[in-house]
Amino acid sequence: MKNTLAIGLGVALALSGTVNAGTTLDGVKGKGFVQCGVSTGIPGFSSADDKGKFTGIDVDMCRAVAAAIFGDAEKVKYSPLTAKERFTALQSGEVDMLPRNTTWTYTRDSSLGLNFTGVNYYDGQGFLVTKKLGVKSALEMDGAAFCIQAGTTTELNLADYFRANKMSYTPITFDTSDQTIKAFEAGRCDALTSDQSQLYALRIKLSDPNSAMVLPEVISKEPLGPVVRQGDDEWFNIVKWSLFAMVNAEELGVTSANVDEMKASSTDPNVRRLLGIEGVKGEWMGIPDDWGYNIVKQVGNYGEAFERNVGMGSALGISRGLNALWSKGGLQYAPPIR
Amino acid sequence: MAAEHTPQSSTSKVPLWRLPAFRAILFQVLLVLGILAFGNFLLSNTLQNMEQRGITTGFGFLDNAAGFGILQSLIPFDETDSYGRTFIVGLLNTLLVAALGILFATFLGFFIGVARLSKNWLVARLATVYIETFRNIPLLLQIMFWYFAVLRPLPRPRQSLSVGDSIFLNNRGLFIPRPVAEDGFGLVLAALLLAVIGSILLVRWAHRRQEATGQQFPGGLVSLAAIIGLPLATYWLSGSPLHWDYPVLGGFNFSGGLEVIPELAALVLALSIYTAAFIAEAVRSGIQAVSHGQTEAAYALGLRPRLTLKLVIIPQAMRVIIPQLTSQYLNLTKNSSLATAIGYPDLVNVFAGTTLNQTGQAVEVIAMTMGVYLFISLVISTFMNWYNKRKQLIER
Repeated sequence: MKNTLAIGLGVALALSGTVNAGTTLDGVKGKGFVQCGVSTGIPGFSSADDKGKFTGIDVDMCRAVAAAIFGDAEKVKYSPLTAKERFTALQSGEVDMLPRNTTWTYTRDSSLGLNFTGVNYYDGQGFLVTKKLGVKSALEMDGAAFCIQAGTTTELNLADYFRANKMSYTPITFDTSDQTIKAFEAGRCDALTSDQSQLYALRIKLSDPNSAMVLPEVISKEPLGPVVRQGDDEWFNIVKWSLFAMVNAEELGVTSANVDEMKASSTDPNVRRLLGIEGVKGEWMGIPDDWGYNIVKQVGNYGEAFERNVGMGSALGISRGLNALWSKGGLQYAPPIR
Repeated sequence: MAAEHTPQSSTSKVPLWRLPAFRAILFQVLLVLGILAFGNFLLSNTLQNMEQRGITTGFGFLDNAAGFGILQSLIPFDETDSYGRTFIVGLLNTLLVAALGILFATFLGFFIGVARLSKNWLVARLATVYIETFRNIPLLLQIMFWYFAVLRPLPRPRQSLSVGDSIFLNNRGLFIPRPVAEDGFGLVLAALLLAVIGSILLVRWAHRRQEATGQQFPGGLVSLAAIIGLPLATYWLSGSPLHWDYPVLGGFNFSGGLEVIPELAALVLALSIYTAAFIAEAVRSGIQAVSHGQTEAAYALGLRPRLTLKLVIIPQAMRVIIPQLTSQYLNLTKNSSLATAIGYPDLVNVFAGTTLNQTGQAVEVIAMTMGVYLFISLVISTFMNWYNKRKQLIER
């Protein structure tokens, strides 16, 4: 009878239990770090160096959030994820946020239980071909074979583009971007297609980067941004405003170099609100008042992050283009902090 | 009588829950109920959590248009087809790899297994080296090795290796002429079917005649001649109702003909070579399990070595080999899911890969995928168990 009782109790217990995970912010504060889902290695966006230190414009998003919460940008742990794994990892709570070259689309935003917090890089899909091929435009590529990463919007855009132009193509899909570039180098495909920023990043992995070139065409809109789980507005706000703070800082001319000086002497109310000296409170999001100051001090403003990781001064050498501030002809525009 | 009666009456006084039979049933029922309740809890909890987080559930997504292309498809497929069809495409590609792999692994495995027992020192050592090498290197590495080993040295399409302008080999695959049936080709197929049925009947008749009279009839040779000769004769008489579609170089690659993509070649190669090493060991163990006394007895009866092998050793060895063979077939089928590492569009790559990611319906997609592998494995194992029963030693 003891057995029966134990089984019965177990069943009753199991049936009454429902999962209540608590808020993401509480979880993050409890464990003392932000668990951040990044790529398996896309230089400039998120990749680990030989010492295991992660850098990139996406990594800087994680660091900004950590700086906002803990006042310490180093309190981040990284989970490298393939394109296929990324949403499951976020949905299941394995990672707290996902800044991983992820395109904001209707399906992803509305049916996966996810929220996109903004756009930290405006991108578009392009093609990488060998110079030997002698192709000047994607429209000359009827019947060509393309290396693609599985589970990306790239796969869908390629199909759309060729359908719209009544051309045929052969898709060869791999799990990681590393595999695509290896297959491209081995000559399995005529072209590698991905977001243009990634093409520049992958090109420097070729043994002879100058043997390949990026075609001028951009066949899609790829707004990339950090993603969080739906249903936790507080956490959504923190990630969203960490990005906005970086963009606002650039607009206001606050950099990691001059932020201390600005904090001490600036009389501009916009700067004073950004740095948490007056007007707005961090506690509205459950974090310290000087969150904006910590982000700029430790990570830098959006322009600094861009130049350091993907800009003209970096190995990728990408110009600001669409990612310039709205006031300079680009699309980066953040709501005011007030 | 009294002695028999007493225990019966005392049994009726024992309370129900102390009866061993009742208790056994009770606990089993409770256990099943417990497992069902636990399963139900898992399912409802998952659904509830997914709903709370705003994740779409259900199998409705299977009807939506997929919108992506697939490298290799055995059935017509284009981007406007549904996610449900990507499931079929992936499934067929998996079955293709599994079938080819099982076929090659079996032939290669039997050959190596017999070679390992050869009296020729060199042949036996070579077989040992083969087995110990391929059995001990992880399969994933072998797949990668064959993929890049096959891919790297091959020329680009314009510099293809060719045989008589009809077979081409380059780093996009192997291109061979594809037979296209015209009207009247059905007659050839009918002739083939007729020859096969006739051969089966002939062999049965020859067997019975030998048992009855002891006279032998070369049934095998006659059947072979019929199976090859009859369709050929029909083909020739009906005016060659078949033409070949040759691959033609155009633009970036060959079009037309039959294309074997390098991913398929590498995967089948790696799976067969790897599994053959295990099958070879199963074959060796089977043959060695037949005691040498059997061979000696057969020789004493005057059977020649070939007949000894065919009639005495192999039938007994099969009893030991088949159960191990079954496991290896199942392993090969499941290992084929490593295809995703080299971009072969199998079920895991296409359906549990791209489709899962584009729809985000991980639970449904993974459940379907697991169900398929379970189903395929059960079918293989049912067939092999049936075959095993037939081959088992029937004791009289």
